[in-house]
Amino acid sequence: MSQAVSRREALVRIGKAAGVLAAGGAVARLTFDRGGIDVERQSGERIVRDFGVRPDGERAQMAIARSADGRASPEALTRAAVAAMGGMRRFVSRGDVVVIKPNIGWDRVPLQAANTNPEVVATIVELCQDAGAKRVVVTDASCNDPSRCFQRSGIWRAAHAKGADVVLPADRKFRRMRLRGDLLDDWPVYTALVEADKVINVPIAKHHNLAGFTAAMKNWYGCLGGRRNQLHQSIDLSIADLATFMRPTLTVVDAYRVLLRNGPQGGNLDDTARRNTVIASIDQVAIDAFSATLIGRDPETLPYLKMGKERGLGTTDWQSLRVREVAV
Amino acid sequence: MEQLPRPIPWLSDRPTTPTVFAEPRPIRVEAIVAATASAPAVAIPVPVVVHPAKKKNKLPGSGIPARTSIQILRWARRLAQAGFLLLFLFLVWRTEFRGTFAADTADAIRMPYPVEGFLLADPFVAILTFLSTHQIYRGLAWSVGILAVTLVFGRVFCGWICPLGTMLHIASWVRPSRRGMKRIEANKTRPYQHLKFYLLVGFVVAAVFGWVGGAIFDPIVIAVRSVGLAVIPAFGYVAERALQGVASSNVPALQTMSDATYDFLGDTLAAIPARQAYYHETWLIGVLFITVLVANRFIPRFWCRALCPLGAMLGVFSRFALFGMKKDHAKCTDCNLCLVDCQGADSPQGGVKWRQDECHMCLNCETACPEDVIKFGFLPGRQKTQLQPDLDRRKVLAMAGAGAAFLPTTRVSDALDRNYHDRLIRPPGAVEEREFLERCIRCAECMKVCPNNALHPAFFEGGIEGLWTPILIARIGYCEPSCVLCGDVCPTGAIQKIDERQKLGIGQPPIRIGTAFYDRGRCLPWGMDTPCIVCEEFCPTSPKAIWVLETDVVGRDGTTVHLQRPVVEPRLCIGCGACEKVCPVQDDPAVYVTSIGETRSRTNQILLENTNYNQTS
Repeated sequence: MSQAVSRREALVRIGKAAGVLAAGGAVARLTFDRGGIDVERQSGERIVRDFGVRPDGERAQMAIARSADGRASPEALTRAAVAAMGGMRRFVSRGDVVVIKPNIGWDRVPLQAANTNPEVVATIVELCQDAGAKRVVVTDASCNDPSRCFQRSGIWRAAHAKGADVVLPADRKFRRMRLRGDLLDDWPVYTALVEADKVINVPIAKHHNLAGFTAAMKNWYGCLGGRRNQLHQSIDLSIADLATFMRPTLTVVDAYRVLLRNGPQGGNLDDTARRNTVIASIDQVAIDAFSATLIGRDPETLPYLKMGKERGLGTTDWQSLRVREVAV
Repeated sequence: MEQLPRPIPWLSDRPTTPTVFAEPRPIRVEAIVAATASAPAVAIPVPVVVHPAKKKNKLPGSGIPARTSIQILRWARRLAQAGFLLLFLFLVWRTEFRGTFAADTADAIRMPYPVEGFLLADPFVAILTFLSTHQIYRGLAWSVGILAVTLVFGRVFCGWICPLGTMLHIASWVRPSRRGMKRIEANKTRPYQHLKFYLLVGFVVAAVFGWVGGAIFDPIVIAVRSVGLAVIPAFGYVAERALQGVASSNVPALQTMSDATYDFLGDTLAAIPARQAYYHETWLIGVLFITVLVANRFIPRFWCRALCPLGAMLGVFSRFALFGMKKDHAKCTDCNLCLVDCQGADSPQGGVKWRQDECHMCLNCETACPEDVIKFGFLPGRQKTQLQPDLDRRKVLAMAGAGAAFLPTTRVSDALDRNYHDRLIRPPGAVEEREFLERCIRCAECMKVCPNNALHPAFFEGGIEGLWTPILIARIGYCEPSCVLCGDVCPTGAIQKIDERQKLGIGQPPIRIGTAFYDRGRCLPWGMDTPCIVCEEFCPTSPKAIWVLETDVVGRDGTTVHLQRPVVEPRLCIGCGACEKVCPVQDDPAVYVTSIGETRSRTNQILLENTNYNQTS
């Protein structure tokens, strides 16, 4: 029997071999890594998520609602502060998706003043809905177990009762993003916080052992996932970078009960004190500067406020703004 | 004759038993029709009665279907198996704290229902811990129920209830490698089935001496551990990766689809956990589980027949069962149909004694029997039944000796008394180590429920006797101070059911599980003059166990840096490991927790004030 192959078979076999070679070459061509492991850091404009409204020349830039006798509820204080700013309709339009970012960082109950007061959060939810928001989301990326933080802070229950979508963080809700800040560049960003029409920052005024005092600007730590614990090596610069990235529509600081010592986590009721105050502002630097005075800190001693001012995020001289003080 | 369909197709190499056709029974119409078709030359009168419908589910042998009651019972068994398996999987999957909008801030956080229910009903767990601790721990009293069922009906637990048994049943049914004669041979009673009884003897004796590690072989424990620590995390990983891959495709339609699937699986069904769970050396648990599953390809229910100590124990008790098999050997035609789907390899066929101690009560044999040989009923005669395994007395004694020798040999290895592993950090509320080993069945309930993924199956940190017992690996997750869920789900009291006041130390000393130490050479403020103190921020005690030493340091370039250098106060440290978890020195943290100072031990202490050698355990 002859060993010779037919012309047809030879062509088919050569064709197959050539096809495999071509396919391999094409894959290698398409996936060839030209960058290597040392890809040059991308330069470019800093990424900014600006949800802000412009100051309009007449309405308040900051409102402080206080209760001298301590009888007013957190809800009454919150309503008074937002009303003094011109009402929620100034900030939220009909059909908006509003994301509310309280501090739900710790497995602590409201009395311990480590998380935002749930009544303050619930009131903001209600105000947003009254202003016609399509969807109100309440979320944070917690430090402790999120289920526990959301439940024990009371925010889950209070916000849910007002019809908010309370979103718990999960690995899958973080996407890598190039922030191109001075310090922070390639970080996983919490998508639930940035995908919104309007963002309202609702922090609590607290002592912080490393940063001194924190409220509004530091609250944006909740934007990030990943190895957040490395930010402390340069806490002021990372706070400034995050506050530059996130420009909220409105900031409402809960100073109903503040944490004076052992912040940010606290735990001891002796470390807390009632200040019976809720502050609202469109200037996140000014609101921090004022709130710091409530726990006895001089804003001048807080480097991240100075950086915020230098970057044009706001002013530390809060008295220079149009401030409305309301007694409740 | 080649084309002639035989009543039992897989017996083609044997001559057909003439009795099959000689019996005065209805003529097998289809056989004759087929024979006619294949051999047209032979003139055979075509029968008048043709039932084409019967052709589909023709019954071999006499063709008489099984009793309706048995057919109903077999379907009831299948439904029970499916129901119990689904219930079991649901409970394992729900062994986690999810939180709810409905809860008040002051509500105690506990499991809403007994997720460890299957373990509480497990008589093997109950007996082992009873022998080691001389008491039945709380919910384990439920296991009396399974015992009661066994005393009436035999090993129905194995055939009807056991979730691992059902998984293996399914695995032996889906594309087995041995069919026909080979499968019949595989389902005959074999000496390897004695192994489980010998193992049982060894485990029981070891439990008397104070080691309940034999529960590693318990089927419910295997199922919880394998599904909870390997199958569910792996499913989450695959789902996460697949959806992540689709989401990063940069095709908007695909991304939307991926996001919607995420929301449905993650938020609506909670099928994908919020955080990927990792378990220490869980590959071994996964590989062993797959091995146990794959073994069914060759020998159906190999695990149940050869190794399961719970099955062996129920087999010991099944001799008292009131329900059983009646066999009429005279009617048997040796068709072996009863053996094709026999689960327990318990000799249902004629000519040999039925093995009550091996039978799973699946009722497949009576359903399959075409000749009315096998009938199940109450109080059957026992002439044709073997009630107990014919064990070799010497092997029993040898296994008892091995069980007795196990604990002394492991105790004189260094792990427990002298060279105590510093990372053997037990969950909060765990009892003293010796008592712990008398109670821990390694079911992994505590590891599955831990909200921070802090608890892990030990490899050899606690010696061989501590394999797969829970240890805290703070680098992966710390112990959440207000959480007591591990004790809440522990079925044997190895972790006690403490409450939040005991754990946090409200009006009493808190429960400590260890003490934190600094490696100052690796610590940023101490060794690298860089601000950090994330550990101090996360330290949950009040007052904080970590305090900071304020200092100004002149750096290499002459500038002064203000530093806060963290220091541990061992009197206040509870060993939760939050500091170790959040330390930014990723690979080998600058602050780490070891077990010293743990409340449960009176000797593993640093501070004189916590050491009390006179205290009874």
